[in-house]
Amino acid sequence: MKMKLGTMAVAGLMAASPVMADLVFPSLSYRTGPYAAGGIPFADGYADYFTLLNERDGGIGGVAARVLECETGYNTEKGVECYESTKGEGSLVYQPLSTGITYQLIPKTTADNIPMHTMGYGRTSAANGEVFSHTFNYPANYWNGASGAINYLMSQGDISGKKIALVYHNSAYGKEPIRTLEELSEKHGFELMLVAVDHPGQEQKSQWLQIRRERPDNVIMYGWGVMNQVAIQEAANIRYPMENFIGIWWSGSENDVLPAGDAANGYKALTFHGVGSDFPVFDDIQKYVVDAGKAAGAGDQVGTVLYNRGLYAAMLAAEAAKTAQVIHGVAEITPAMMRDGMEALEITEAKMTDLGLPGFGPSFKVSCGNHGGPGLIGMTQWDASAGTWSLISEFAATDMDVIQPLIDADSGSYASENGIEASCN
Amino acid sequence: MLYREAGDFSTTYPQDSQTFPIRFDRYRYYAVLLIAAIIMPFVMTDYLVNSIFLPFLIYAIAAIGLNILTGYCGQVSLGTGGFMAVGAYACYKLMTAFPDVSIFFHVILAGGITALVGTAFGLPSLRIKGFYLAVATLAAQFFLVWLFNKVSWFYNYSASGQINAPERTVFGIEVTGPNTEAWATYLFCLVFTVGAAILARNLTRGSVGRQWMAIRDMDIAAEIIGVNPLRAKLTAFAVSSFFVGVSGALFFAVYLGAVEVGEVFGINKSFLVLFMIIIGGLGSIFGAFAGSAFLVVLPVVLKIVGVDLMGWPTDIVAHFQLVIVGGLIIMFLILEPHGLAQLWRVAKEKLRLWPFPH
Repeated sequence: MKMKLGTMAVAGLMAASPVMADLVFPSLSYRTGPYAAGGIPFADGYADYFTLLNERDGGIGGVAARVLECETGYNTEKGVECYESTKGEGSLVYQPLSTGITYQLIPKTTADNIPMHTMGYGRTSAANGEVFSHTFNYPANYWNGASGAINYLMSQGDISGKKIALVYHNSAYGKEPIRTLEELSEKHGFELMLVAVDHPGQEQKSQWLQIRRERPDNVIMYGWGVMNQVAIQEAANIRYPMENFIGIWWSGSENDVLPAGDAANGYKALTFHGVGSDFPVFDDIQKYVVDAGKAAGAGDQVGTVLYNRGLYAAMLAAEAAKTAQVIHGVAEITPAMMRDGMEALEITEAKMTDLGLPGFGPSFKVSCGNHGGPGLIGMTQWDASAGTWSLISEFAATDMDVIQPLIDADSGSYASENGIEASCN
Repeated sequence: MLYREAGDFSTTYPQDSQTFPIRFDRYRYYAVLLIAAIIMPFVMTDYLVNSIFLPFLIYAIAAIGLNILTGYCGQVSLGTGGFMAVGAYACYKLMTAFPDVSIFFHVILAGGITALVGTAFGLPSLRIKGFYLAVATLAAQFFLVWLFNKVSWFYNYSASGQINAPERTVFGIEVTGPNTEAWATYLFCLVFTVGAAILARNLTRGSVGRQWMAIRDMDIAAEIIGVNPLRAKLTAFAVSSFFVGVSGALFFAVYLGAVEVGEVFGINKSFLVLFMIIIGGLGSIFGAFAGSAFLVVLPVVLKIVGVDLMGWPTDIVAHFQLVIVGGLIIMFLILEPHGLAQLWRVAKEKLRLWPFPH
């Protein structure tokens, strides 16, 4: 027995010691639990893109990429365990896909000098790179989302005097847009109604009864996981007009609308990247990843909204790694170099076309002062009969006059709480 | 051969009534303490401390607390998560309101505040018993989580409703915040865990503990022989909540650093701590440690074996983990209802006769 334990310990050490000559991209995924429906496609997209780079291009700058998956179950304690167990392997950038875990990791990653990318989630005020040196949330954040939804409604007609309800996941994530929407309601004169849904959101009868009674002109939803499907089903049950119902990008995937069937037709969701599989890169994924039997997970998620988001996150990470390789002139970059690469990242239309993703997302440039990107928001709509999401608006700018002061205030309070000097190195 | 009383003579009463009356057992205990306090800090890494030792030590305090209430006094509680949340939020409010006071006192005070809250929720226990009390404490669980989510004063009006532990030091060494050293957080929690265990051990074998056990075994009989049920039950709630509050404060401030109440201190936490004392052994301090170690270490071991050694997909391993932990709980309930502590007792008996059992 002792012998066995010894060999096991040695094997464990060998498994844990860093294997040189690859770029490690940890994926804190969740393929189990109440949020698995959203976690699986994202993790698949993230892993598949790196597989594609390895198979097609031989890695990033000649160095193979390795995706290190760790199951968090959307649980903060497991998230901590995953972070601690993967950070020693030279992990370049963390993408926890959970606002709760993000809050946990912001101080830790900063102390360990590892960057973190929270694309479209996490702490919104991390857009201020002078305070949050290692946290990035380009190309768009929750507050852009809130403003984008209001802008879209204003483009459809006058909203002053109207009543808009926010149905939100009663957690750090769902509470994020409240302040922005309150500011916007003052500015544009609409009435804001807050409806909280507790984790995990299986039961929403009372919330939708309230909506039925108060008849808001529009409903905006910040939901995730099973909460989305239930909300859309409940909205259909009270015959709430779907075209007046707008979800944030975390409430706009196939998983959310399919259970409600035809009743979900016309449901809208915000987005910050393209939808569908009508991009050249998907041919390569089919050829090098899926047909080669190397797809992550069950391989049945290609082209879904959240798969695309995982793919987009992986693409941005890979581009940042390339940028870092150029800046520092070495192929095997460290997390600190990766951070510099992320801060100097520039995405242009030409670059995206080269990658096989023309028009997939906005062109933007990250800087030390702005880790949040441009915040361009588009709107998608669900067509239940065709079973597809389609982009129904341009990627449009959001109201930074409202958002920027909020970012400055919130990051300022974080800086003073933690004694951080706002600076650009 | 081991754990033998032979040759051990007690010449005074204190000697006879000490926690470890057998010399071999006592030296083993000193050796464990010595290793834990002097050797372990030198081998601590970030990974070891954050994935195994901090959760183990902190859950052990919570399990000791719940064991006092459920194991010693017989009052079933499903409100552990809620009371841990009270400890965490009390600690947060104290840390931010009095930044110059040592975090050590904040943790103790957070335990004190939780004791008050626990006593208040313990009042119904005088009237209701068994399942009905479990439901009443369940109400406490949901009420407290709702309260900390709803009233923004508790999280200092932050936009997200999260609480974040600022950097605080003990003797100039950081124990909370991101820049802590592994050994510092480990030792800080170790002090509380050892303190809690010694305190609990001495309470449970004194007159207070005997009153609790009398109430547990038969409350009417206890009342007849002169045990005041009001006092016994409320002291059990107060002491239990104190420990649970301390563990909640450490859980937030030292271990996680950022907490969202619904996610971290939900009903799952209550069940987890309850499983710890059931698997470990009701009415045993050692059981609290054993149960906590079991439920903290087992998932980590399963993950290392499944993902790192066998290379299985992470979701399969996560599902297996649920199956295995669930199966073990059922197995324990059927095969050894008195938990790991009883196994240990049996093992000691066997060791005493070993290697000549006849």
